[in-house]
Amino acid sequence: MNITEKILAKASGKNQVQPGEIVDANVDMVMIHDLTGPLAVEAFKKIGVENVWDNKKVVVILDHQVPAESIKAAELHKMMRKFAQDQQLRIYDVGKGGICHQVMPEKGHVLPGTVIVGADSHTCTYGAFGAFATGIGSTEAAAVLATGKIWLKVPEAIKINVHGRFQRYVAPKDLILHIIGKLGAGGAIYKTAEFRGPTIRDMSIAGRMTLCNMTVEMGAKNGIVEPDEATRKFLEGRTTKMLPPFESLISDPDAMYENTIDIDVTDLTPQIAYPSSVDNVKPASEMSNVTVEQAFIGSCTNGRIEDLRVAAEILKGKMVKDGVRTLVIPASQEVYRQALNEGLIEIFTDAGALVCGSTCGPCLGGHIGLLATGETCVSTSNRNFIGRMGSKEANVYLASPATVAASAITGKITDPQELEAQKT
Amino acid sequence: MKVTGTAIKFGDNVDTDVILPGKYLVLIDPHELAKHAMEGLDPAFPEKAAKGVIVVGGKNFGCGSSREQAPLALKYAGVKCVLADSFARIFFRNAINIGLPVIEYKGISAAVNKGDEVAVNLEAGTIQNLTHGKSFQAAKLPPFIQEILADGGLIENLRRRLNKK
Repeated sequence: MNITEKILAKASGKNQVQPGEIVDANVDMVMIHDLTGPLAVEAFKKIGVENVWDNKKVVVILDHQVPAESIKAAELHKMMRKFAQDQQLRIYDVGKGGICHQVMPEKGHVLPGTVIVGADSHTCTYGAFGAFATGIGSTEAAAVLATGKIWLKVPEAIKINVHGRFQRYVAPKDLILHIIGKLGAGGAIYKTAEFRGPTIRDMSIAGRMTLCNMTVEMGAKNGIVEPDEATRKFLEGRTTKMLPPFESLISDPDAMYENTIDIDVTDLTPQIAYPSSVDNVKPASEMSNVTVEQAFIGSCTNGRIEDLRVAAEILKGKMVKDGVRTLVIPASQEVYRQALNEGLIEIFTDAGALVCGSTCGPCLGGHIGLLATGETCVSTSNRNFIGRMGSKEANVYLASPATVAASAITGKITDPQELEAQKT
Repeated sequence: MKVTGTAIKFGDNVDTDVILPGKYLVLIDPHELAKHAMEGLDPAFPEKAAKGVIVVGGKNFGCGSSREQAPLALKYAGVKCVLADSFARIFFRNAINIGLPVIEYKGISAAVNKGDEVAVNLEAGTIQNLTHGKSFQAAKLPPFIQEILADGGLIENLRRRLNKK
């Protein structure tokens, strides 16, 4: 069995599972947030049970419309706080957490070998820690709150073998954009994307999170990386729970895969997803004169300290171009604090970028940083759909933090390697 | 469970941001959501859907965000069933969970034109294009999913099952 099959077998009390088989899995953790949570709470109340199945296994995070930008949002937050209080649930409120997919692992709620469901499509991020994690809807989250169980079809698996070393200013974001461009927006529907190979072993946890995070953009049920020493190191001090032996979470040599893809990143260059589909990917070097009005560095895809460091390295001592609103949003309070300690916030501020409090913010066009008709944004986030970040007539280009930082300086979408070459 | 309606067609990779833009996620009344159904592609959609329609999509219908507000908006706008060549998995589950029938049939997009009358038999998994007199056999939904749809959604299904115990 591969790692996903091993986790699903254990969670459903079986020795063996096969792709296509439907299992009834026990859930180890469920997450709801301020935009999907209210519908889940309403649905939960209709089921007719008084309490959630296990209040230690539910996390509530306010991150999408925070701080409340409207009375409607404020009312939803109030509703979520009350539910958390009534049910005695762990809640990460404004100023105490940040973006759900950053907070969940930071606070030790994501452990290798566990089954985690979240009422958010990017829940698949936690596969970076060797967990089976997938997004669900609000009603389904309500059912999990009541029963602690979920039916899952064991997915077919795609093995993605990665080798080679990244060039300077080429990042895991460029790799996942390249993979999505290759497989297509529906290229991994219902499937698991298992990342393997020496490049993944050498990759930071942050990079693995970026890869797994965007597997949903090719339709995958989950993305996953086998846990290793890097995983153990990240979890140190974040959880007091016993970790499972990692050997039990390694795919067997004879594990079945529907498809295997080999990728050498040695020659990979910065990549861009053009509007308005995530699989519309081309190298940044082929970009011709696309001017931008907004540059956004943040989101559950690329708002981690590693992302802010590379952006700060490029922006240090420079000014963002007049006419380019540059928003930097650390993914969590922990990341914000770390960025402060490392002097990154000062670099961004001096460069004329606006650093905002941790939120999903502009990524989903809910509040702050919305785009007007005809405007263009280059963004480190994960979706460039029509209307995603504001006006239906605005354009969103997706890229790595290095590419977005370089573009903020020049005012047009720029390959960071080319900007670097111009300096010398 | 049988449904019939006029087909409204969309292309490949219809994402949940165009089905229900993010700025409306603070609305939780499904009738309010319905007023913005498909706003990203066709602002006149709620008007067209009001009489009861069948949406026919291409590949990867409902991709993107897990927002259940997307199928809810469609259902309350008057959509009786969504047919597509393939679905994004979260949308597929969400639709069933809120009691909006969905059937996947590779090739359905090419087999139905805008305005065709379509009849769907959910138990049998059959789709009929009444305008062109053709029928198609899709894979049947597993019995437990049919039960959820027959009950009107997962919550109703769960209530019934928990009360039985």
